[in-house]
Amino acid sequence: MKNAEEIFEILKQQFGDAIIGIDKDTPTEPIISVDPLQIHKVGAYLRETDGLKFDSLMCLSGVDDANGTKVKDAEGYEFIQSGTLSVYYHLHSVELKHKITLKVSAQREDAKVESVENVWKTADWHEREAYDLVGIVFLNHPDLRRILMPYDWADGSHPLRKDYKNPEFYQGMKVPY
Amino acid sequence: MGLLDKEFSDGNILIANVEDLLNWARLSSVWQLGFGLACCAIEMMATSMSHYDFDRFGVIPRNTPRQADAIIISGTVTLKMATRIKRLYEQMPDPKYIISMGSCSNCGGPYWEHGYHVLKGIDRVIPVDVYVPGCPPRPEALLEGLMKLQDKIRNESLRTKSA
Ligand code: SF4
Repeated sequence: MKNAEEIFEILKQQFGDAIIGIDKDTPTEPIISVDPLQIHKVGAYLRETDGLKFDSLMCLSGVDDANGTKVKDAEGYEFIQSGTLSVYYHLHSVELKHKITLKVSAQREDAKVESVENVWKTADWHEREAYDLVGIVFLNHPDLRRILMPYDWADGSHPLRKDYKNPEFYQGMKVPY
Repeated sequence: MGLLDKEFSDGNILIANVEDLLNWARLSSVWQLGFGLACCAIEMMATSMSHYDFDRFGVIPRNTPRQADAIIISGTVTLKMATRIKRLYEQMPDPKYIISMGSCSNCGGPYWEHGYHVLKGIDRVIPVDVYVPGCPPRPEALLEGLMKLQDKIRNESLRTKSA
């Protein structure tokens, strides 16, 4: 069983710059930030290494940080420019009974994160959900389709973005109340 | 205006007009499509169970729209599901009836403002005969809704279709 700082040190030694930092000042558990294009390697390492053995991905969540600047377009509609979208990974080791939280952040306009589907199969649908609702693209995901919204939902329309705007109509049905 | 409360005047002969007889037959065997959507569907299932016993009003769930007379929209209608409901409705033979059960299918319910995925009322897609309010409506309320539908069928005319 290892705590977050020990795990951070191990990862830092192994991956260097790909491990961006550790945030201990959180209300829940410490969060380790990772490079979005290296996360699959970090994940595989965490899963396979003796003494770490993170064999279970408990949850994978897409988050809109909404930390960009608010801009109004020509019609007076407010949207968010720049800033980041994040993915959080909650890992658990059934064998060693320890937990860790990882985080990757990518640019809002071009949010690309490596898929961890081939590390933990659980990630398959979770990543599809994060793609569907927040619009994070997972590179090398085998089947990155929408999972909850209809397949023909407008491209680039991701409902859990903080600046999401509902369409007026979907297939001829009025959407707003 | 029951049919059977009339005196039998002669042996087994019963005199009634065709309209009453047909309406009576229809309202006494409203077969519903076995179809449930969200929390309201749980209450609809409870209505079918022995305590409330939907069957005593002639309501039996059918597994295919081709054999169904009524569809109870019992729950949250997402936009994705709305397209399917429309298809099911089109597959049902006439005469067909629709009971909209619960706030969600009446008007969007708790999702009326922030439900990006919810259709704000099934009547935007198919014509509703009876609305049952509630979140969820108790089985008694659904039974009341059914009886309202039966009243409606009882007064139907062969010449003008109302639904
Ligand atoms: S009306 Fe209420 S109980 Fe019925 S489906 Fe909607 S939220 Fe659930």
